[in-house]
Amino acid sequence: MSTSDFTIPPQLGRDLHRVQQRSLIVGAVALVACVIGALSSPDQFFRSYLFSYLFYLGMTLGCMALVMLQYLTSGSWGIVIRRITESATRTIPLLAFLFLPILIGIPRLYSWSHDEIVKADPLLQHKHLYLNVPFFIVRVLIYFLGWWIFAHFLNKWSHEQDTTGRDLRGRRLQLLSGPGLIFYALSVTFASVDWVMSISPHWYSTIFGLLFIAGQGLSALSLCIALLVILSAEGGPLEGVIGPTHLHDIGKLLLAFTMLWAYFSFSQFLIIWSGNLVGEIPWYLERLRGGWQWIGLLLVVFHFAFPFAMLLSRSLKRAGPRLIRIAGLVIFMRFVDLFWIVAPDASKGGLRLHWMDLLAPVGIGGLWLGAFLFQLQKWPLLPVRDPHLEEAIAHGGAHEASY
Amino acid sequence: MKTPVYGLMAEFENPTALAAAARQVREKGYRVVEAYSPFAIEEVNEALGLHHNRLPLIVLCGGIIGGLSGYLMQYYLAVIDFPINIAGRPLHSWPSFIIITFELTILFSALATVLGLLGLCGLPMPYHPVFNVPRFALASRDRFFLCIEARDPLFDRHDTAEFLSSLHPREVSEVAH
Repeated sequence: MSTSDFTIPPQLGRDLHRVQQRSLIVGAVALVACVIGALSSPDQFFRSYLFSYLFYLGMTLGCMALVMLQYLTSGSWGIVIRRITESATRTIPLLAFLFLPILIGIPRLYSWSHDEIVKADPLLQHKHLYLNVPFFIVRVLIYFLGWWIFAHFLNKWSHEQDTTGRDLRGRRLQLLSGPGLIFYALSVTFASVDWVMSISPHWYSTIFGLLFIAGQGLSALSLCIALLVILSAEGGPLEGVIGPTHLHDIGKLLLAFTMLWAYFSFSQFLIIWSGNLVGEIPWYLERLRGGWQWIGLLLVVFHFAFPFAMLLSRSLKRAGPRLIRIAGLVIFMRFVDLFWIVAPDASKGGLRLHWMDLLAPVGIGGLWLGAFLFQLQKWPLLPVRDPHLEEAIAHGGAHEASY
Repeated sequence: MKTPVYGLMAEFENPTALAAAARQVREKGYRVVEAYSPFAIEEVNEALGLHHNRLPLIVLCGGIIGGLSGYLMQYYLAVIDFPINIAGRPLHSWPSFIIITFELTILFSALATVLGLLGLCGLPMPYHPVFNVPRFALASRDRFFLCIEARDPLFDRHDTAEFLSSLHPREVSEVAH
């Protein structure tokens, strides 16, 4: 083992610090450019901002769900990614702040926020009880408050276990995680309805929230894979600690989530396609013409078929350098998926890619990555006082001969 | 001249001892080695280099055959054999074919797994020499066995028995044919 306390060595600390500074600068510059772009084409800005924002929020919430899932189910895979996922959950305050532009953009993003449109539309009048601006803002507050509270206590108690050595897993953390996962599933479902589905307020799909949950799981697992591979590379602080079996476990979960995402996506499509109803089918018609169909095809091939076929291989899941490429592809396809879901309704003229669609992910991503790396350096990279840590490290098989 | 034997078998008390012994046997150069235990032990598979077998390939073939037959069967029915106009949809409406295709992929993969496993293990097998060792029945209860077969080029009735004894087994016995 390179280090016994799993803290970040000074050299890597300096590197991380530099990456953190640079990503903050790049993020800030990109966001400022987007804000300048917003002055000339505000609709475009909010569209680009929303889908980019949903990616980073999804990755963060996915990480929070993984933390809670691990407390409830145990398992070595969760112990080795706990610090990474916890660091991600501590970016929730930043994400709450970054939600402000979406609040400002309500009139631009959501047609139901305009009185004259609602007055002319009996269906929207019917939905007005739920889809109105004050209640929308109240719900935003509830989601973020809930996420912040769960993230706060998950981190606080985990840190307490680290400093005092008391095993809090069995009691408090599990008691917190059960309700936490329920709140997570409900809040993500409602948030996806509020922020995304209501862009086309006539349309509805009951599996929509689950589709986001599957996507968030994919993003979070890909982030964990990327970090584990980078940190356990030669000379890294987790070299000789993270082994092929750890990557194998998380790779298997990535495969499962890839299938889950495909299952949810196809279920939604099949049901709406079979029903062929006026209220439902336009959402897909919009996304299957004017160039958008190619994005749809891209999703089928590279969000499902290709990673699925690759991840079937046992040796690929155990080889960091190859697994990290698949994780990178999945992260890229998450952006494409969210773009395909969010953007088409706003651009009736067919597929077009605006420069802000490329810059907004960089902008929010820069700030998010900066905050995440800052949080990651605060604590040791593994939960040092977890009673099962030794077992979890042995499980990885980093010391055994490769086979 | 003694009668030829099937191999030599060592009995161990626990999985750790079996894994350690398997590793040493492998290091010594023996290749035709089989381990018997009441439950799967990952380390023993690794020690004996047993990870690569043809089962995944058989399952993959089963899955592909299942998927193709599922899709083509529906295509044949809906387009060629019994075309019906359903709500004006094209006869070849692929979205509605996917579920059956998926189900048959799973079904055929599962059947290929079971049959492939039985086939690769050579089951059903009415007779196997290892059962000639009286205590071998414990392999399905709480004992762990390692058998070096006589087919192994390094096998020597005397030397191999001595080597196995040096691994601290509970006992080493000859397996009669």
